[in-house]
Amino acid sequence: MARIDEQMTRDIVAQFDRKAEMLVQILQAIVSRFGWVPPETIRQLAEELNLSRADVHGVVEYYHDFRTEEPGKHIVKICQAEACQAMGSRELTEHAKKTLAIDLHNTNNDITLEPVYCLGNCACSPAVMIDGKTYGRIDESRFDALLDTMRGND
Amino acid sequence: MARTKIYVPRETAAVSVGADEVALAIARVAKKTSTDIELIRNGSWGASWLEPLVEVEVDGTRIAYGNVTVDDVASMFESGLITGGEHERRLGPINEIPYLINQDRWTFWRCGLVNPLSIKDFELHQGFKALEKAFAEGAEAVLQAVADSGLRGRGGAGFPTGIKWRTVADAPGEQKYIACNADEGDSGTFSDRILMEGDPLGLIESMAIAGFAVGASKGYIYLRSEYPLTHSILSRAIETARDAGWLGDNIKDSGFDFDIELHLGAGSYVCGEETAMLESLEGKKGLVRYKPPLPAREGLFGKPTVVNNVVTLASVANIVNLGGERYAGMGVNRSKGTLAFQLAGNIKRGGLVEKAFGVTLRELIDDWGGGTASGRPVKAVQVGGPLGAYVPADQLDAPMDYEAFIEMGAMVGHGGIVVFDDTADMAQLARFAMEFCAIESCGKCTPCRIGSTRGVEVIDKMIGGDHKDENYDLLVDLCDTMEDASLCAMGGMTPYPVRSVLKYFAEDFASSEEK
Repeated sequence: MARIDEQMTRDIVAQFDRKAEMLVQILQAIVSRFGWVPPETIRQLAEELNLSRADVHGVVEYYHDFRTEEPGKHIVKICQAEACQAMGSRELTEHAKKTLAIDLHNTNNDITLEPVYCLGNCACSPAVMIDGKTYGRIDESRFDALLDTMRGND
Repeated sequence: MARTKIYVPRETAAVSVGADEVALAIARVAKKTSTDIELIRNGSWGASWLEPLVEVEVDGTRIAYGNVTVDDVASMFESGLITGGEHERRLGPINEIPYLINQDRWTFWRCGLVNPLSIKDFELHQGFKALEKAFAEGAEAVLQAVADSGLRGRGGAGFPTGIKWRTVADAPGEQKYIACNADEGDSGTFSDRILMEGDPLGLIESMAIAGFAVGASKGYIYLRSEYPLTHSILSRAIETARDAGWLGDNIKDSGFDFDIELHLGAGSYVCGEETAMLESLEGKKGLVRYKPPLPAREGLFGKPTVVNNVVTLASVANIVNLGGERYAGMGVNRSKGTLAFQLAGNIKRGGLVEKAFGVTLRELIDDWGGGTASGRPVKAVQVGGPLGAYVPADQLDAPMDYEAFIEMGAMVGHGGIVVFDDTADMAQLARFAMEFCAIESCGKCTPCRIGSTRGVEVIDKMIGGDHKDENYDLLVDLCDTMEDASLCAMGGMTPYPVRSVLKYFAEDFASSEEK
């Protein structure tokens, strides 16, 4: 993830022709570049797009993807929806919390653990997403192996 | 000797269980053994339980190998993969696999078959024939074919597509839009994704047909952000179509302009509701709009807009090609044509089954699905996503039909079928329905925003054995309020799964002491 940078933000806004109607897309691009939306970016976007800060803040707060706290280097998401529950995602989530020593929505050792409600991989449940890639048919040992690979890539 | 074609899907489910690594291993072994192969990354046929499913083309027949792992690749080459040789992973010709051949493939027929990003391959398989036919026969003929087909909205609401298109076509105004809803948020559904990853050009063609029929020059696809691989495939497909002159101004000298803009969602379930999706496409919070006005009259940026689900739109190309009557010839009662059922959760053979309406849940779960993955008895089946009822195991003989399911207090929805075995705790699932609604509610209306939180609390009390009878009555009352007074299906239908648990699985509310 890149560090927050005013010029980069300005470039992203320019890519979307500085259109306010593209705000969700702009924020999506910001999160994929920086990992989160800091308060100073909300201020900057409001200026660039000629919107009120409340407007931008409202949109940021509304969508789950737009984190307002800096995440860890790695983001681990575990599907909590029904199909994955039918295949043991509740137990898998408990295992993940224990292994990573964190609760959902928290960060520890540069790893952020988040819930996700359906990755569309419901025929290969339970599913997880690690750093933007979806994995299916996850049991505890496969989960641990994926974490090892993730850490090994550092 | 000609190069041998080997297919390894580049589709989320297949990739999630190792298809990329298998493709790499195949390329590596082929190089090492100087075997001349052409590696094609197709979409999935939908038999997700067999993924990664590798195929090799031998004398025009594609031989399938299922559940291939990286460790299998060397031995597959040794036992003559190139000539379709015997191997423990070998399943035989793809067109003899019962799971696939017993389907009614109307909308998904190209998925798995073609290279999703090759215009040439697409055109070899009827690609753009329907759009050309639309140009030749005119908008009125398309509108008539769609009306004749009886096609209804496959996103779940089941509204007749022909009426929606006619409304937009007749609406005054220069600027109109096609908005494709690809915010497939229901748990247990992945048919939109399989279509977009396996036949993205098919969706693009159908969107262009929709635009031509109603007089819209611009289309939007609102894709959920949980589908990054889909996003990558779909963006490339749009560019490819544009480069080949199938999107843009004056498409193939028809005088018709049409282009598509791909937008990403941002993790909000409610944005799958059509008016919330339009708000999000306008860059705003995904708050549900009051209806009327209907989006067909005042939709995106206040202009007449066709809002259709991916599968609805993608069904149109063949309706134009083969005629509306042919589509209407399939199905039962007012549920015409086919639905892409999705077998998910605790199921042995999960995947996509496109079948004419009228097929029963039991046929889908037993004949295709092979029962539960755990081998234990089925306890409940949630049909139609998180807002759908839990159907008990003794009601699986109901034929899939929009109206018949409504009579049962259930819904067909987007065709997702999530199976639970007898270890499932239904009280927890009822609680989850309320919890999910509390997390995802857009907050605009009170019954949904507050009711869902109160619902979790009341259910917790019932599970804890606190004034169970009084809380039961309170929960039923709360369900009535949410159902009657919510603005959209989020709050209005969250009671469905809750009520079904109260009705069929009340014993699961027994507190731990009682159990």
